Amino acid sequence: MSQKNRLGTGGRIDRTTPLKFQYNGKTYTGFQGDTLASAILANGIDVVGRSFKYSRPRGVVAAGAEEPNAVLQLGATEETQVPNVRATQQELFDGLTSQAVNGWPNVDNDMMSWVGKLGGKMMPPGFYYKTFMYPKSLWDTYESMIRKAAGLGRSPLENDPDTYDKVNQHCDVLVVGAGPAGLAAALTAARSGARVILADEQSEFGGSLLSSKELLDGKPATSWVKSAVDELAGCADVLLLPRATVNGYHDHNFLTIHERLTDHLADKAPVGMVRQRLHRVRAKWVVLATGAHERPLVFSNNDVPGCMIASAVSTYINRYGVVPGSELVLMTTNDYGYQAALDWHDAQRKVVAIVDTRQNPQGARVEQARKRGLNVITGSAVIEVQGSKRVSGVSVATIDAAGNKVTGAVNRLNADTVASSGGWSPVIHLSSHTGSRPVWDDKVVGFVPGPTVQKQLTAGGINGKYSINEALSEGVLAGLNALAKLDLPATEVVLPSAADMVEEASMTLFQIPHLLPTSKAPKQFVDYQTDVTAAGIEVACREGFESIEHVKRYTAMGFGTDQGKLGNINGMAVAAKALNKTIPETGTTIFRPNYTPVTFGAMVGRDCGELFDPKRYTAMHKWHVEHGAKFEDVGQWKRGWYYPKPGESMQECLDRECKATRDSVGILDASTLGKIDIQGADAREFLGRIYTNAWAKLAVGKCRYGLMCGEDGMVFDDGVTSCLGDNHFLMTTTTGGAPRVLEWLELWHQTEWPELDVYFNTVTDHWSTLTISGPNSRKLLSELTDFDLSNENFSFMDVHQCTVAGVPARVFRISFTGELSYEINVQANYGMHVWEKLFEHGKQFNLTPYGTETMHVLRAEKGFIIAGQDTDGSVHPHDLGMSWCVSDQKPFSYVGKRGMARQDCMRENRKQLVGLKTKEPKVVIPEGSQAVFDPNEPIPMTMVGHITSSYYSANLGHSIAMGVIKGGLSRMGETVYYPQADGRVIEAEICSLVFLDPKGERQNV
Amino acid sequence: MQRYSGFGLLKHSLTHHENWQRVWRNPTPKKEYDVIIIGGGGHGLATAYYLAKEHGITNVAVIEKGYLGGGNTARNTTIVRSNYLWDESAHLYEHAMKLWEGLSQDLNYNVMFSQRGVLNLGHTLQDMRDIQRRVSANRLNGIDGEVLDPQQIKEIVPHMDCSDNTRYPIMGASWQPRGGVARHDAVAWGFARGADAYGVDMLQETEVVDLVIEDGAIVGVKTNKYGVIKAGRVGSVVAGNSGVIAKMAGFDLPIESHPLQAMVSEPIKPILDTVVMSNHVHGYVSQSDKGDLVIGAGIDGWNGYGQRGSFPTIEHTMQAIVELFPIFSRVRLNRQWGGIVDTCPDACPIISKTPVENLFFNCGWGTGGFKATPGSGHVFAASLATGEMHPMAKPFSMFRFHDGALIDEHGAAGVAH
Ligand SMILES: Cc1cc2nc3c(=O)[nH]c(=O)nc-3n(C[C@H](O)[C@H](O)[C@H](O)COP(=O)(O)OP(=O)(O)OC[C@H]3O[C@@H](n4cnc5c(N)ncnc54)[C@H](O)[C@@H]3O)c2cc1C
Repeated sequence: MSQKNRLGTGGRIDRTTPLKFQYNGKTYTGFQGDTLASAILANGIDVVGRSFKYSRPRGVVAAGAEEPNAVLQLGATEETQVPNVRATQQELFDGLTSQAVNGWPNVDNDMMSWVGKLGGKMMPPGFYYKTFMYPKSLWDTYESMIRKAAGLGRSPLENDPDTYDKVNQHCDVLVVGAGPAGLAAALTAARSGARVILADEQSEFGGSLLSSKELLDGKPATSWVKSAVDELAGCADVLLLPRATVNGYHDHNFLTIHERLTDHLADKAPVGMVRQRLHRVRAKWVVLATGAHERPLVFSNNDVPGCMIASAVSTYINRYGVVPGSELVLMTTNDYGYQAALDWHDAQRKVVAIVDTRQNPQGARVEQARKRGLNVITGSAVIEVQGSKRVSGVSVATIDAAGNKVTGAVNRLNADTVASSGGWSPVIHLSSHTGSRPVWDDKVVGFVPGPTVQKQLTAGGINGKYSINEALSEGVLAGLNALAKLDLPATEVVLPSAADMVEEASMTLFQIPHLLPTSKAPKQFVDYQTDVTAAGIEVACREGFESIEHVKRYTAMGFGTDQGKLGNINGMAVAAKALNKTIPETGTTIFRPNYTPVTFGAMVGRDCGELFDPKRYTAMHKWHVEHGAKFEDVGQWKRGWYYPKPGESMQECLDRECKATRDSVGILDASTLGKIDIQGADAREFLGRIYTNAWAKLAVGKCRYGLMCGEDGMVFDDGVTSCLGDNHFLMTTTTGGAPRVLEWLELWHQTEWPELDVYFNTVTDHWSTLTISGPNSRKLLSELTDFDLSNENFSFMDVHQCTVAGVPARVFRISFTGELSYEINVQANYGMHVWEKLFEHGKQFNLTPYGTETMHVLRAEKGFIIAGQDTDGSVHPHDLGMSWCVSDQKPFSYVGKRGMARQDCMRENRKQLVGLKTKEPKVVIPEGSQAVFDPNEPIPMTMVGHITSSYYSANLGHSIAMGVIKGGLSRMGETVYYPQADGRVIEAEICSLVFLDPKGERQNV
Repeated sequence: MQRYSGFGLLKHSLTHHENWQRVWRNPTPKKEYDVIIIGGGGHGLATAYYLAKEHGITNVAVIEKGYLGGGNTARNTTIVRSNYLWDESAHLYEHAMKLWEGLSQDLNYNVMFSQRGVLNLGHTLQDMRDIQRRVSANRLNGIDGEVLDPQQIKEIVPHMDCSDNTRYPIMGASWQPRGGVARHDAVAWGFARGADAYGVDMLQETEVVDLVIEDGAIVGVKTNKYGVIKAGRVGSVVAGNSGVIAKMAGFDLPIESHPLQAMVSEPIKPILDTVVMSNHVHGYVSQSDKGDLVIGAGIDGWNGYGQRGSFPTIEHTMQAIVELFPIFSRVRLNRQWGGIVDTCPDACPIISKTPVENLFFNCGWGTGGFKATPGSGHVFAASLATGEMHPMAKPFSMFRFHDGALIDEHGAAGVAH
């Protein structure tokens, strides 16, 4: 059976280009220009899915973004799987592979439907809140059963082969939607030279005109569309974006557009192409010309495949040359709905009846239908549909003028298709993204955009203006308004016009009455995808869920992937009726981004994998790699962690590096330390306010260690700052803390002390920093410089400018190891040269490279803290035993002074940083271990501190640790215990933090 | 109260579900209550429930400006865990965890508390030190927790990229098997239904617009709908709006209100069985029983009361998720939204007396208060009932910002939610 529903002529498809595609493992043919849905319908496929809760068979209902049922799995290979693609929005391509997402063994015969049929009655909204509670122990089992039913499509299990881009755009006017209103708005704006972006989610511009048979100035509407698009394409500052959904409208007229560049071509983007792009648009003005979605009516069994919205029937016939059935019954509350029957009839298939809920309709389309001899039944409704996998017939009955009850006998008609039209709902989604509340319009019988603070205009269907002439003129008006606001001159736009049709008021009706009350009538679906019925909404209301938000949440209405585009207004109407309120009284409907779902990859763009976060390398990185270094991530930096020799374990390597440094000389690449250049007449004053210690007297050429605290008095960063000139300082920070510290300085300067004359500039990567440390470091350096390195001329905490290895350098004599040390700073790209020179001359001293781990051990032997490791935002300088680094003599205060003086910060018995020596010298206490005084206390135990740093020290021949202990500074010599996960309890003695060279003689030689 | 059970469902299906009772009444307010709770979120409703159930105080009103549970309770990503670092918070959240473990039965309302475990990933050596420290503290506090290596993580989350080829390879994780997620709306509704059954009045669509304070003590609240309603004690539980109520009371709180966003994918077949959180790449994800991937990250940096955040935050979050799960790149994002979270400088809540007598505050839960809902309500109810703070609530006094006794969960635990 090939394309049994395809018409011989007509439509915007190319019958000369047949395309093969797969659905559920079978191969079918469609044509270029088809959507997957139109091709499925052309081939006479009825069932495209199973409903979520009741496993009822479902067919295609709509032709666009509002489709709730035809949600398929796409992808020919594992890596190209895409879940939940709406068939109505997927263009057909040759080789497209698709599958229904539910149904076992298949979507046509789903075993789960028996559960739905038998158990469905026991599944009112929220039934899961009322059961599965007893016995408590069975909940996990219940839940795993519930979970089995979860989900529509599936995630691929292999990585995405495609790439995605992001583009930033600016424009004067962004026009959303390229139907008549949007095209007119874009033309109006573009003719005046405005920068315009026109975006439409469909493959072609034209919107409703693409499936309309109306004439504009006597010619097919599509020929006007073509001339309009051609003209726009010829404008220099117009960007046309088809296949581009504006999916989010954010504050300050920032919108995102999800453009699909290759999804219509192949499974995977052709070589050299990007699959999708995300445009981030800042628009001066936005014109929303997003049209309207037709509302289906709510009646019994309205979900049987073959039930469709009327306009979709027309679209399939007129745009795709597909008649989705043989015998049509149309039910409508309005004149527009008739078009489906007219088109059906013109396609030479049988219109069984037009059932109009109005008592005495006489509009132009009604008369056209009568003229064609169609059977128009008025004052009646389709109260129920027969059939399971396809409509087989309908029950029609007369209803009262208000549409509340069935008034007459029921007639059965045979039919395989039921089109329904309950009127139209403006597509107000984008407007409500920004927080603007939609307002109900009785005339439109729908919500229209409410007041907004955005620079937003609206035109056409979104305002409830549905005729082509109105849409066109509203579009021009919006364009003119935008131009006026932008102060751009307007050019005249002459519009074509369509024949005016006499149109009568539609009937305000959402739910069709049944002979039985809603609770007993066969299911009347409101939201297909989430299986919400009118009876379900009534139950929710009856139970006291009265706010529409409660109704939605309790029933799950609107929570599907279509976000309730078809169902929400109907649902509100049903709720309003149940609560005896008007629709606006039950609340309004809030839509959130995304308008339609957006690929994760498109939101990520290139910013993952390698480019997730920049990697920062020092100038000597290559050398480290070549010498087998292991690296550690610190902030964005790759830092050398340790340099194992072949066959060496980590501990052996560290032992070697540590010993070599203390015995002779080691070298560390310290380039990653944050460096901030601080200048200005008040630089010194500023430092005094930011650091806890005094800076007033630091002489030019001298360095000083400083602690920085938050307002709460807790240590936040540390480092050495040196005085390069009276108004010029160089601050160093921790590697990871550098960006934070710069922000901190700027924050205080800009918000609290703007009167201070001081400037900050990050210079971290301007310099390479090579730290040589150890008793032979002076000898080594003297080989590369003529500068007098004697202790008298270049003493501890001095900085000097000199030449090292022929390169200008700033050398700091500071020490983080407690050894004689020099930090050689050279312009970054000289770093490798000097590094290599040092190794050339360092051979004789067994110069040993060491990484961050050895640095940690060596500084721990000296009891020097690492901010962020030995501090955690809860310790102040006194807790660290660093009262010497806090000055209360400063005339101005400093950040943290007041915080530190609070009662709790002054109390005894705070956790204080101390050294810890294990009873077993070789045992290293795991970092993070919690301390207790009484190892036999039952759980919960009283914890008195924890280990912050812990190592084996080869120089000392035993393990060393740093940690905080309650009142630790006055508990020297006492024993604490560290219970471990494996049951061990490690015993340690509280001792001084300084394990080596307590007098500090080694660094002063 | 009509009891719920599978049998009940069967019975009601025979009468077409026409006889279900209301879950709560729509009461006309009395002139005076013993206790008024401002804010009908999870915490406020839990407070009302426990006041009635545990303390026999039933002359209580919950005043909610919108619909019950429509604030952050309705917007959060429902992660529940109790593996906090400091004793004070660990005890409070573990207290909540224990209540969670019997909540569905206690309320006779299935809150779908699903203990599928929570992983907090570590990507740097310092992350791992912090994880070791937190798990060590948890264990000694009697809270379940383990430190896992990448291989063990892979066994639990087979589809996550646990390889070395990522920008920040996963080095390990903390694992709390008892952690998980719950159905947020059900929590609010279950507490509301329970409280209503004891006679608590739930006044929806009613905003507290001022406080009535006489001689330094609160005696009632002024509402937009019913004028002044008197009260013996008042508990304010309004999350992101706490600063507004504090202003009515004439004091300042050290709370900043920030947008916090969350998002869900389209529903997909089950692929992720636990909650995965990463502070370092900065995102977290779980999969709901419906199949949605539920995703979130950190706050938007600025202050505000609009329940919307900015797009760059969303982009960054999605980058983190795809970095952790590259296979999700072709999955699609369905919906995103925001709430307003009340963040405290030390990332811990305020459960406290205030400078105004008989006015109590419960707020500052920031990005992570859902998990505390039953515990918070329980200790707050005890405090409102007796007029003295429950021992577990005491450390969370608002005066800690004066005396410095902060409970800084930023430093070592760092992970929000
Ligand atoms: C996006 C997001 C994700 C989150 N994820 C998690 C998570 O995974 N895990 C977790 O534990 N926590 C999470 N949280 C935090 C959690 O949601 C909150 O901490 C918690 O729900 C707070 O509950 P509540 O009852 O205090 O506040 P809410 O639920 O916000 O309730 C406060 C109520 O007070 C009402 N109110 C305010 N002012 C007035 C007034 N003047 N008069 C009357 N009523 C008033 C509001 O309308 C609101 O209903 C998240 C939050 C957000 C926003």
